[in-house]
Amino acid sequence: MSSGEAAPAPHSKSGGSTILLGPAERLAAYRAMLLSRATDERCISLQRQGRIGFYVPASGQEAAQVGSALALTKEDWVFPAYRELGVALARGVPLELLLDQFMGNASDLCKGRQMPNHYGFRQFRFVSASSPIGTQITQAVGAAMAARHRKDPIATIAYFGDGATSSNDFHAGLNFAGVFHAPTVFFCQNNQWAISLPREKQTRSATLAEKAQAYGFPGVVVDGTDLDAVYSAVVEARRRALGGEGPTLIEAQVYRFGPHSTSDDPRRYRMDSEVAQWKENDPVKRVREQLVAAGQLDDARDKMMVEAARAEVARALELAEKVHPVEPGSFLDDVFAAPTPRLSEERAELDALLREGVVRP
Amino acid sequence: MTELTLVQAVNRGLHEAMRGDSDVLVLGEDVGVNGGVFRATDGLLKEFGESRVIDTPLSETGIIGTAIGMALYGLKPVAEIQFLDFIYPAFDQIVSELAKFRYRSGGQYPCHVVIRSPYGGGIRGGLYHSQSTEAYFCHTAGLKVVIPSTPADAKGMLLTAVHDEDPVMFLEPKRIYRSVSGEVPEGDVRVPFGKARQVREGNDVSLIAYGAMVPVVSEAADKLAGDGVSAEVLDLRTLVPLDEAALLSSVEKTGRAVIVHEAARFCGVGGELAALLAEKALYSLKAPVARVTGYDTPFPYALENLYLPNADRVVHAVRATMKAG
Repeated sequence: MSSGEAAPAPHSKSGGSTILLGPAERLAAYRAMLLSRATDERCISLQRQGRIGFYVPASGQEAAQVGSALALTKEDWVFPAYRELGVALARGVPLELLLDQFMGNASDLCKGRQMPNHYGFRQFRFVSASSPIGTQITQAVGAAMAARHRKDPIATIAYFGDGATSSNDFHAGLNFAGVFHAPTVFFCQNNQWAISLPREKQTRSATLAEKAQAYGFPGVVVDGTDLDAVYSAVVEARRRALGGEGPTLIEAQVYRFGPHSTSDDPRRYRMDSEVAQWKENDPVKRVREQLVAAGQLDDARDKMMVEAARAEVARALELAEKVHPVEPGSFLDDVFAAPTPRLSEERAELDALLREGVVRP
Repeated sequence: MTELTLVQAVNRGLHEAMRGDSDVLVLGEDVGVNGGVFRATDGLLKEFGESRVIDTPLSETGIIGTAIGMALYGLKPVAEIQFLDFIYPAFDQIVSELAKFRYRSGGQYPCHVVIRSPYGGGIRGGLYHSQSTEAYFCHTAGLKVVIPSTPADAKGMLLTAVHDEDPVMFLEPKRIYRSVSGEVPEGDVRVPFGKARQVREGNDVSLIAYGAMVPVVSEAADKLAGDGVSAEVLDLRTLVPLDEAALLSSVEKTGRAVIVHEAARFCGVGGELAALLAEKALYSLKAPVARVTGYDTPFPYALENLYLPNADRVVHAVRATMKAG
């Protein structure tokens, strides 16, 4: 959508009947979405205060992220990009671990090596994310082929954005998946903007989903602000993958409410009115309304849940800020399984510099 | 022991690795039905089937990206890139992903992929079937870079590569795929990384080479022996990790070093070796370190014999080194 030409999010075009979340699942999804939103709000302000170095917000994409993650099992493998907070939370990654990663402290499982949001949690089958765009797409296909080789009944899912559909690995990954009939779900969150480039300048195709056709498998468009539509599409894509029917491309149409990252100023390229229009379909608001309509939520309970989410973020932050910084020499570890003689020598060199006070962490 | 060519030894190594471990699989362009354009993967499809010997679409980033996914999952993929000259579409996957997975995940995600690729000139391959660009990979932390120069090393180092825990660039000097043959042990006999091979012992000068330049410097050493110059020949075998101790002890003994590689000189591996000698063996040197290398041009077609170091150029450089001190 072009700047200034705002349109409401589209209706689900996935076809067939929508598989709805149950009441308990919906409430759990709402909790995860609130937590994702609260984390975003807090972390943007932490970045402004200089307490974390950088942040990539996911606000506006919570239904797409949480809805898709809930359609997976613990055994499935997630290949994320760097904007998948809702997926991580829905898979049960503890908020403390996420905050540790944002801080790059001694408890950060990535050992302070990556920018905030570029995390990985092996225990949750949430693969380590990187900054290059689209590289995880081919990897997800390879892991799916490996799972099939081992006869493991799982699917892999690759998360990426609209911009990634122009990347080499999007083409290569979808092509390989088509050829090898890989049990992979390609989950594209089309948030309308790849930093400053609007969706219609990314490709001449009418939809991103239709690109799947060229690779010989289905592509579906879903309203990514509709939790059930997303959940349903991923359940179906996963069923196809495990049933030997091959891959599916899902285009979840969403909107990035915030900047690309804390280093970005979206006012340079898009109109506030467009943001406002999409916010009418705020996915958090939509689920709240569903819960209220179903009698699962009232204003008082909702206020409690929102505050509980904020309190959880505050508590995790407090814990993360108490953790020691990473040990100075640790950046020389994990280059290889065991240090080469050269790396051992460099470690000794650094240790001497630290000891002599020539350099300080 | 069996007498094999270098490419046959690669083939035997792949068979051996795949027989020994069902997690090992091979993927790449034309590796299945065709057995590889150099026949390195000949016979694998018949023995191991399509699920382990995978003919891929023509996309290097696809090959390496999927291999990475397989490795993350726990398999041991051996990816073939048909010519090193064609690896660049996969450069992002190799440099940004493969080399960094273990590191960036704090050790949570080791990513062990072996990338086999024929490299180097001397086959009338012109710009795009000849290049020797190992330095790109040596410069990227997290990749092991190894180059065999004998059939026994080709098989033994390939078996080590397949069972290593780190990503390995396994570069095969295609010019000597068939021109070099030698005895190769049967079975799973591995050659460790990080250990250079003393090809020939000598006292006057150290000739340091790897890959297809090892036979070239050996020929030069023969010629020099006729002049009464005793040249030591060192085959580095693995560039990362580098056997610095072997390099230093040889040069400390001879006091002279001539480094030979077919890659372009500027920022080539020879520059790093020369710097190491300057840092750690300067006072043992009797003469400046010399390099005999490819030129700082793209790889030429009609005049490749002038571009590539040969025994005469090495002899010439050694004589100048001997005169210098």
